[in-house]
Amino acid sequence: MGWFSTTPFLNVPDSTQITYKKSSWWKLNQQKLTPWIFLFPGLLLFLVYVIWPIFNSLYISLLQWDGLSPAIYVGLSNYIELLDDEYFYISLMNNLKWLILFMLAVPIGLGLAIFLNQTIFGIRLIKSLFFFPFVISQVVIGIIFSWFYNPRGVIGPFLDKLGLSNYAILADENFATYGIIFAGIYPQIAYCMILYLTGLNNLNTDQIEAGRMDGAKGFSLFKNIILPQLKPATFLAIVVTVIGSLRSFDMVAIMTQGGPYGSTNVLAYYMFETALSEYGYRMGYGSAIAAVLFTIMMFYILFFIYRMYQSEKKGL
Amino acid sequence: MFPIPIQKRPLINRISYKILVPVSLFIWLIPLIGIMLTSIRGLGDITAGNYWGIPSEFLLFSNIKDVFQNTPMLSYIINSFKITIPTVIGAVAISCMTGFALASYKFKANLFIFFTFIAGNFVPFQILMIPVRDLTYQMGLYDTVTGLVLFHVAFQTGFCTLFMRNFIKALPNELFEAARIDGTSEFNIFLKIVVPLTRPAIAALSVLIFTFIWNDFFWATVLIQGQHAMPITAGLKSLNGQWVTVYHLLSAGSIIAAVPPVIMFFLMQKHFIAGLTLGASKG
Repeated sequence: MGWFSTTPFLNVPDSTQITYKKSSWWKLNQQKLTPWIFLFPGLLLFLVYVIWPIFNSLYISLLQWDGLSPAIYVGLSNYIELLDDEYFYISLMNNLKWLILFMLAVPIGLGLAIFLNQTIFGIRLIKSLFFFPFVISQVVIGIIFSWFYNPRGVIGPFLDKLGLSNYAILADENFATYGIIFAGIYPQIAYCMILYLTGLNNLNTDQIEAGRMDGAKGFSLFKNIILPQLKPATFLAIVVTVIGSLRSFDMVAIMTQGGPYGSTNVLAYYMFETALSEYGYRMGYGSAIAAVLFTIMMFYILFFIYRMYQSEKKGL
Repeated sequence: MFPIPIQKRPLINRISYKILVPVSLFIWLIPLIGIMLTSIRGLGDITAGNYWGIPSEFLLFSNIKDVFQNTPMLSYIINSFKITIPTVIGAVAISCMTGFALASYKFKANLFIFFTFIAGNFVPFQILMIPVRDLTYQMGLYDTVTGLVLFHVAFQTGFCTLFMRNFIKALPNELFEAARIDGTSEFNIFLKIVVPLTRPAIAALSVLIFTFIWNDFFWATVLIQGQHAMPITAGLKSLNGQWVTVYHLLSAGSIIAAVPPVIMFFLMQKHFIAGLTLGASKG
């Protein structure tokens, strides 16, 4: 309706003139307004469903609230309670284990990519099959590995041979987390592999040939010439692996639900459990856990944005 | 080429490579092969502990039939489609617009908005969970497909905008300028020039988002409660609780759940990988 205000001097509502005025105003401002019109639906949805909830959650973390009865403002007491919460520390430690072990997906993916970067008959199909685990839902991967680890399941016969009959890794509080991480890393390796395969595909052949002329071979060729060229792939692989490791919810929910005795909890699952499960509806406390997770993630986000900002300034 | 093409290596290397590749593929896929073998077995094999041997009966189809008959699997699958397809259409359409706006117009807030979209896309779901659930509840959309789709579209807009913006940015700007000089309106530039040229990006995004949303479990758990709207991931999880010992049926169910994204991947492989590896090489 804004543009009608540009016609206050017209006493007679002359429709043709109004349209003319409207279009000329529009013509003048079209360049300025169009991006905002195009941005509007996306920006609105994003603000309502992503940006506002972040701040709202941070606020809820200062409340004591079960989601139904009136909330009580309690300041930082949820965070203070976290400091004394054994399960919070277990979850945090497990997140750290996830993060560190998940990083293995990057070199393993690179190794696989180098191994498969050949042109033999059927290699395209083979690469796709290696990539397969990434396409499948984590829920399915979780179910597959639960079945796989079940001592009376697929792995049973091998355990018998190793003298570990009836050993259930997911029921062992010392090792269950590693069992889940192993399952979680499986599709992540596939993702890293595909990133590196793309990177290897786009290597600068001249540089490699020049390096070979100079007598660079094997590892020194790899380290001095190949690896620097794979930098964009490595960067992306690290970014997606860090994020993947912090989004461990699905696997934990399917495989152990945090058990045995809370030993496989991670922040993502512990938050859900506190806020939305039979253990009680502690929205404020759950939000405080989410805020901790968010803060950790924010470091990576800012690092990523900083990198993008640098390349924007340079490139475009 | 790196590494050196195997064809230039001695015969012995070539032969061992050709043996090593299928062997490693087999090892890599053992978990998947395990579940496939399980899905064709009968209860007899499972209780007898015959997991790796030759199945005594071939029951894949009867297991699949069992799953469909005795569980709401069919309705889970239909729900998954009802959630996934509108999300793909919504997120891709919206991000074509936001991507275009951020790629081809200069204005002060441009980079800030762009980075906001990227940052939001990496945020852990848990920080959104309680407010989004409340909001959905208040709109009367809790436990409905619509409520879940709305959130998915909003969240995916972050990633899709990043993707589309970079793609459109790489298009030659002269095209737009020439059209502007010819007097083409900005909307027609979008409809007649940008949309047709971004078709490969639209295809890549569509397969990616299809897979992401089909495989979503967290939001289906948070925003859906009843069977009537539950997608297959959450459905499988509830079956997982019920069927601790009936692994052959659970395996069959898992395979059914994996089929649509797998088909999508094989049909659109090039686009899928192009989408996932965006930025992995300096083009």
